[in-house]
Amino acid sequence: MTLRAGTRAWQIPAVLIAALMLLPIAVAVGSVFTPAGEVWSHIAEFVLPRVVANTVWLTVSVALTTLLLGAAAAWLTATCEFPGRRWLGWALLLPLAMPGYVIAFALTGIFEYGAPLSSYLRESLAVELPRFSAGVASTICLSLTLYPYVYLLARQAFLTQGIRSLEVAQSLGMTRRRGFFRVALPMARPWLAAGVALVCMETLADFGTVKVFNFDTFTTAIYSAWFGLFSLTAALQMSVMLLVLVLVALTLEYRFRGKARYTSAGSAANAPRMQLSGGARIAASGFCLLLFALAFAAPVSQLVFWAWNSLAGEWGARYLEYFRASLLLSLASAGLVTLMAVMLGYSERRAPGVITRWSARVATLGYALPGTVLAVGFFVVVAGAGHALTAMAGWLAPGRGVTITLTGTLLVMLLAYSARFMAVAYGPLGSAFERITPRVDDAARGLGVTGAQLLRRVHLPMLRGGIATAALLVFVDVMKELPITLITRPFGWDTLAVRIFQMTTEGEWQRAAIPALAIVAAGLAPVIWLHRRSHGANGHA
Amino acid sequence: MNNASRAALLLPLLALAACGADAPESGERGAETPVAPVVVYSSRAEQLIEPIFTEFTKSTGIPVEYVTDDPQPLIARLQAEGDVTPASVLLTVDAGNLWFAAEQGVLQPVESELLTQTVPAYWRDTQNQWFGLSLRARTIIFDNRKLSAEDLIGYQDLADEKWQGRLCLRTSKKVYNQSLVAMMIAAVGEEQTEAVVSGWVSNLAEEPFSNDTRLIEAVADGRCEVGIVNTYYLGRLQREQSLPVSIFWQPAEFGGVHVNVSGAGIVKHAANAEGAARLLEWLATDGQTLFASKNLEYPVLRSTANDPIVEAWGDFDASEQSLVDAGRYQADAVRLMDRVGYR
Repeated sequence: MTLRAGTRAWQIPAVLIAALMLLPIAVAVGSVFTPAGEVWSHIAEFVLPRVVANTVWLTVSVALTTLLLGAAAAWLTATCEFPGRRWLGWALLLPLAMPGYVIAFALTGIFEYGAPLSSYLRESLAVELPRFSAGVASTICLSLTLYPYVYLLARQAFLTQGIRSLEVAQSLGMTRRRGFFRVALPMARPWLAAGVALVCMETLADFGTVKVFNFDTFTTAIYSAWFGLFSLTAALQMSVMLLVLVLVALTLEYRFRGKARYTSAGSAANAPRMQLSGGARIAASGFCLLLFALAFAAPVSQLVFWAWNSLAGEWGARYLEYFRASLLLSLASAGLVTLMAVMLGYSERRAPGVITRWSARVATLGYALPGTVLAVGFFVVVAGAGHALTAMAGWLAPGRGVTITLTGTLLVMLLAYSARFMAVAYGPLGSAFERITPRVDDAARGLGVTGAQLLRRVHLPMLRGGIATAALLVFVDVMKELPITLITRPFGWDTLAVRIFQMTTEGEWQRAAIPALAIVAAGLAPVIWLHRRSHGANGHA
Repeated sequence: MNNASRAALLLPLLALAACGADAPESGERGAETPVAPVVVYSSRAEQLIEPIFTEFTKSTGIPVEYVTDDPQPLIARLQAEGDVTPASVLLTVDAGNLWFAAEQGVLQPVESELLTQTVPAYWRDTQNQWFGLSLRARTIIFDNRKLSAEDLIGYQDLADEKWQGRLCLRTSKKVYNQSLVAMMIAAVGEEQTEAVVSGWVSNLAEEPFSNDTRLIEAVADGRCEVGIVNTYYLGRLQREQSLPVSIFWQPAEFGGVHVNVSGAGIVKHAANAEGAARLLEWLATDGQTLFASKNLEYPVLRSTANDPIVEAWGDFDASEQSLVDAGRYQADAVRLMDRVGYR
């Protein structure tokens, strides 16, 4: 396709953003040319086989579990009527606020051998709770915290088109079940694929959860190579291999999503819900209730119990500082990342083609890289920029002794967050852009609305839902983020997540409960807000 | 939030650069003559160091600022920052980390008679680039309902068949175990160490634990009979409840008890080397009680009093093997543990 010059200019923002996000990856890939010698042969022989198998196994099992849980819960709450449907509809989103590394230690606290529950079951009822292997335990915890990604997006799809599509299918003589599998589910594919892609990348980059269970994956192996074998080079080289896995996952998503364009038939606000029969009603309620209990109610209760016990010794004014640092960082990055994602999506829309498509792909790669690698990558780049600026200052104003330091500021941190979470913001925005039909643009142009006006007056209002989703996801993700925050935070920027890390690494789970609850609470407000907003737009309470 | 952190937020947002090498302390300080603070990069957890720095500031008037993180990122950060680093002191646990910092050239030798007299040669760097400031004994614990101290000999004996299905260990990814194995490699050679560690793995009662606290609880629950842990983890649990778990010290004739240190060094491009030296000397003398007892560790200054819980464990002979070995052989230890399948 040939583009007009004015249109071609829209490629520039996309390319610039992609180039920025590519920097840390370039540093990692650059490491491939530095030989890591015998360290590498050791890793290849004793570490890689297990790590590759574990990582692939974990990613696939978490992807399947979240797809099942997320799509089922979304379908039930979006299109069926059963007791508790109303509150479960939003309650099932709440685990979004729960970091994997928190649910991991909270659930272990409930179910481990010496805990009150298992002791009671063993002594009173002679029942032994099953002991899960590290891999299964990691799968359970990651799935329980990540399924809301699938749920959130699938629910959007089902709410706007689920019932309608089913009605059409039934009018064509299909049974309800057939209609679900042949029409409603395939129509929701882009949303399901986007959700599962987010889940896969979160899983590939997870460090905190697998660390609690001592399950070896790429991220822990990267840390071991760096911390244990003292080889940052080998660590970076392994991240490049991880990157290959990410590319595979992304390609699969792209294939799965297909070439079709999806547009919604508008809000299904007034579509009636399906009334379920007796047994199905109970099963639907039971399923959603159990999911909510395991993913949220039980771990939060355990945290509240611990927090109450440790309150006297632990609470202090410093929590205000942690809270403020978490909040400011999350807000700043949510704004920044969403802005860049909108520019990325808009570029792709205005100048469709190979360049913008690949820019979008490159810009979203960072999501699956361990935060540490991104942080170190940007660190190297920003420190270099600081040295260059210092040299320039020395040349411009010789003898003044001006030194320019960029590394102690939030610059590295915000850049690394941006690279890490661009995909999170781009996912819902991309889907939202897809849902504005090209005809809208044509109509607007016909009315003389073009260029930036088109974005401001036509697209932005239509994108509001997507923008809110994107900003919310980034906000909550940054709040939970650990490795980047740990490495790059300047003085006085200890966050809640940092506090949890400090307590859990020393096995002091009780004392980690207060900051963990604070993170969950801070994450809840936007989750509830988002739910209300999306429901307001759809016209029901 | 102080001015420095507010500046840290604003600067990148406005795309401005912080000017000056000592950006973190650029706030206003009223009419008093400013005393240059010592900036510490610490891998010791905040709740363990904050009260100690407060005490130091109280007694010397020198303010302390700090960042806490894992040791490797801190060292990488020091390298990336080079001569514009705001840090003056690197404080971290484990001799392996201190050795690595010295190896990477981010520390400088310290000439202090006080330090060299207080800290024995085997608990500091050969060029005095770092000094151990508190001892962390990694020793054997046992279920005292099933075993007594007479049943135990030492670390290597735990590889014996008689311990089949009775031993519990923490993950090999923890640096404490890497140092234990590294010191063993230095003492008895790689071949024998590999046989020992391989024996440990085949004696395991459960998969390796992710932290020492879980391990101690497993012994208390009766799921395993012996394990290897740092003593202060037991102390923390004993502060809250009494457990059927006792400590065994490997006698001097078999090499004594494996100890590691938490310690510190002065950063090569320290902005405030003088203040940094004051801090190190204070930690090795006046600050000893607080520094060690805060975490139920053992002071390097042997005359210093211990916490009652620590006293109750009795005296032991610490190994006098140079802790430089823990760093030198750490990578070998990690590889060895990978080879024998110790997760």
